[in-house]
Order: sequence, then C-alpha cells, then structure tokens
Amino acid sequence: MPFHGAFALGATTNIEPVPNPWFSWEYVVTHQEQLITAGYEHLLLTLTSVALAMVIAIPLALLVRRYPKFEGPVLGLGGVLYTIPSLALISVLWPVFGLSPWTVVVALALYALLVVLRNTVVGLKGVPVDAVDAARGMGFSKSRILLRVEFPLALPTILAGVRIATVSTVGLVTIGALVGYGGYGSMIYTGFLQNFWHAQIMTATIACVLLAMVLEFILQIVERMTTPWARSARSR
Amino acid sequence: MGLWAWFTDPANWSGPNGIPVRLAQQVVMSAIAMAVAIVIALPLGIFLGHKQKGGGLAINVSNIGRAVPTFGLLVIFAAWEPIGVGNLAVVLALIIFAIPPLLTNAYIGIRDVDEEVRGAARGMGFSGMLMLRKVELPNAVPLISAGVRTATVQVVATASLAALVGGGGLGAYVVEGFAIQDFTLLTAGAILTAALAIATEGILALVQRKVTPKGLRDRDLALEAAQ
Repeated sequence: MPFHGAFALGATTNIEPVPNPWFSWEYVVTHQEQLITAGYEHLLLTLTSVALAMVIAIPLALLVRRYPKFEGPVLGLGGVLYTIPSLALISVLWPVFGLSPWTVVVALALYALLVVLRNTVVGLKGVPVDAVDAARGMGFSKSRILLRVEFPLALPTILAGVRIATVSTVGLVTIGALVGYGGYGSMIYTGFLQNFWHAQIMTATIACVLLAMVLEFILQIVERMTTPWARSARSR
Repeated sequence: MGLWAWFTDPANWSGPNGIPVRLAQQVVMSAIAMAVAIVIALPLGIFLGHKQKGGGLAINVSNIGRAVPTFGLLVIFAAWEPIGVGNLAVVLALIIFAIPPLLTNAYIGIRDVDEEVRGAARGMGFSGMLMLRKVELPNAVPLISAGVRTATVQVVATASLAALVGGGGLGAYVVEGFAIQDFTLLTAGAILTAALAIATEGILALVQRKVTPKGLRDRDLALEAAQ
C-alpha cells in the first residue's frame, strides 16, 4: 500500500511528497471493484435495516391503533431510541452480535423505526372517516377496510417515512465502519487511517451521497406510482 | 471490572480523561457548533420566510444535508491539513449538520403563519419589521424551537463521533473500548453518550414549552409526520 499525504514520508527523506488530491478520476478507475463491492455492502445494509424497521414498525402501528393507550409509551420509547447516538447503539449491540453485519443492521433498524412508526400512525389517523364509513356501508369487514381502504390511503405518508428513513440510514451505515461493516464508511475510515488518503475519503463520501440521492429518487417514483390520486391532490 | 465498579471508581471522575472533562468537551463542542449554526441559519431562514422567497433553496439545502454522511464530512475535515484532526474538525462538521433543520424550520415556520392572522395584523396597520417581530416571529416560535431542539440533540449525539477523528468527548470511552476490546469501558461510554443525548432532549423539551406563546401550546407537534 503506497503512502499518501504530506507527512507520509517524514522530513528526513529527500523524496518528493506523493501528491494527495481530493478528486482523482484515476482513483475511481483503479478502485472500481472496491467501490462496487463497498456500494453493494452499503446498499444491502441499508435495505436490510429499513426492511427490518418496517417489519417491526407497521404491525406496531396497527397495534397502537387498536390499543390507543399504548400510543404515548410506544412513540415515546421510539423517540428515546432515536435520541441515542448511533455510536452508542452500535457499541452496546457489539457484545450481542459481535463483529457481524447484524450489529449494524439492528442498530440502524432501531433508528429507522421511529420515523416509519410515526408516519404509519399519522397516516392511518389521517384516513378520512367518510371513506371508512362508505366502506363499512358497502359491507366491508374490518380487515378488508384496513387492507383495501385505510392502508392504501395511508400509503403516501407511510412511504414518505420509509423514504426519509432510507436516506438517513444510508448516511448512518458509514458508522458501521467501527465494526467492519460500514460499506463506503469502511473505505472512508481506512482512507483516514492510511495517512489521510484524500481521494479515497472523498470518493467514498461522494459515492455515499449519490447512493442516498438515487434511493431518494427511486422511492419518490414508487411513492407516486402507488398513489395515483395523490398527484392531483398534491397539485392543489 | 463491572459497570458499577467503573462508574464508582474515583479515577474515572478526575483527570484529563475523567468523565467531567470529557463531558465538558462534548458539551462545549456542541454549544459552539449550535451557536454558530444558529447565527447563520435562523436569520437567513426567517428572512426568506418573511419575503416568502427561496423556498427551493431551504428545502434543497435540507435534502442534501440529509444525504451527506456525517462521518464522511467529519473525516474530510480531519484529513484536510489546514484543519487537521481534533475538535475543530468536529465543530465544523457539526455546524454544517445543524444548519438544515434550523434553516427549514425557520423558513417554514415564518412562511406558514396563518394568512388570516397576517391579514388581521395588516388591517391594524402592521407591516415590514413590525409584522415580523410582533406577528410572524411569535407564531413561528413552535416550529423554530422544534428546529433548534432537533438540531441540538442531533449535534450532541453526533459529537460522540469526535473521538474517531482524534477529538475528545464522551465517545472517546467507546472508541477506546473498541480498541482494547473492553466491554465495560465500551458500555460505560455508550451509557454516558446516550444519557447526555436523552438529557439534552428532555431539557430542550421543557425549554421549548416555556418559550412557546401560551395560545400556541398543546398543539401536538410531536405527532406531525415528516413529509
């Protein structure tokens, strides 16, 4: 591994310092494979975390709706979890899951949980009573009302929560570098430890931003596709 | 050593690596970052909201801010020779992270003041600065203070990462714990950083209630979904 940075070779040698640019296309070309592998890991960690958060949050939101007295405590607990620094969450989970991707995934899922949960609760609350009444009048059963009326109507708000949770999870995955599963974060951290290797740090950070933006874009399209009526409502 | 023993060991409560010093480091870093971010973001957000302009700017800044990984920015500053490793890099990264929630909330808070309220004030002869000071600002307090609260909690939590780039703060216990595989140290650090963040949230929730004008209290702001 070559040294990078002005301090790398010390003052005693007469060799010219190795240039250490922030932006280097050469770096991107020579490290394609590493960038793609890290990107795949980053994506996988993000999607698994958000999926786990949804699997917990959506049933929890339904439970809270059924038993409203739990709403305060459940959202409160979610809020406390959300407040805990990611560094702390990852480190308390480390003894449980060890140096495995699950340490990162569970920590980030707990993070994303609140956003998805809150948006699902709010989305279900926002369903017009008229729509539910109409469905009941048509003889829909409770579960059918939930699946065919309430859930579709709450979907824009739920998906907005999923989108926001996904974008912030992309950023948080980087901290997984601490346990060796940080996607681009691991590249950022090794770049830092290898004498401030600017090109690696900058390229991995930009790649991370691009990944977040691509996911944001895709999820916005999904949001629009699954809620055809929202388009006319949004253009009010 | 158990957790209880760690927390009751006087050695951990004194000296440059003691809890008080590291707590102070983290609080000071966060406070400086918040002060600078507030001075930059609030006037700008309030101005844009008052002029009802620049909404795209405010929203875009917030969206991009959300996409930039804190850790990446922190490392970029620390690896940039003019700044270097240590607390300055952390404070700069924290400032940048605090700006988006402050800016958007100030902008939306002022912009979305009820048009009828504005109309009534206009009818009473309010305009310009007077409108801003007497009508728009008080009505925007709930959203602006929510922005300050969100940003502060985020900043205090993120300041835990300082130790990863050679800075101080309570996160140093976590990083050291990882380095020497000491679960007690690690857990103690996790508890301390979490406690600080939760305490900050709790204190600011009280402050937010206090500064909110009476007529605007008890609106269920906590339940407003992120869109």
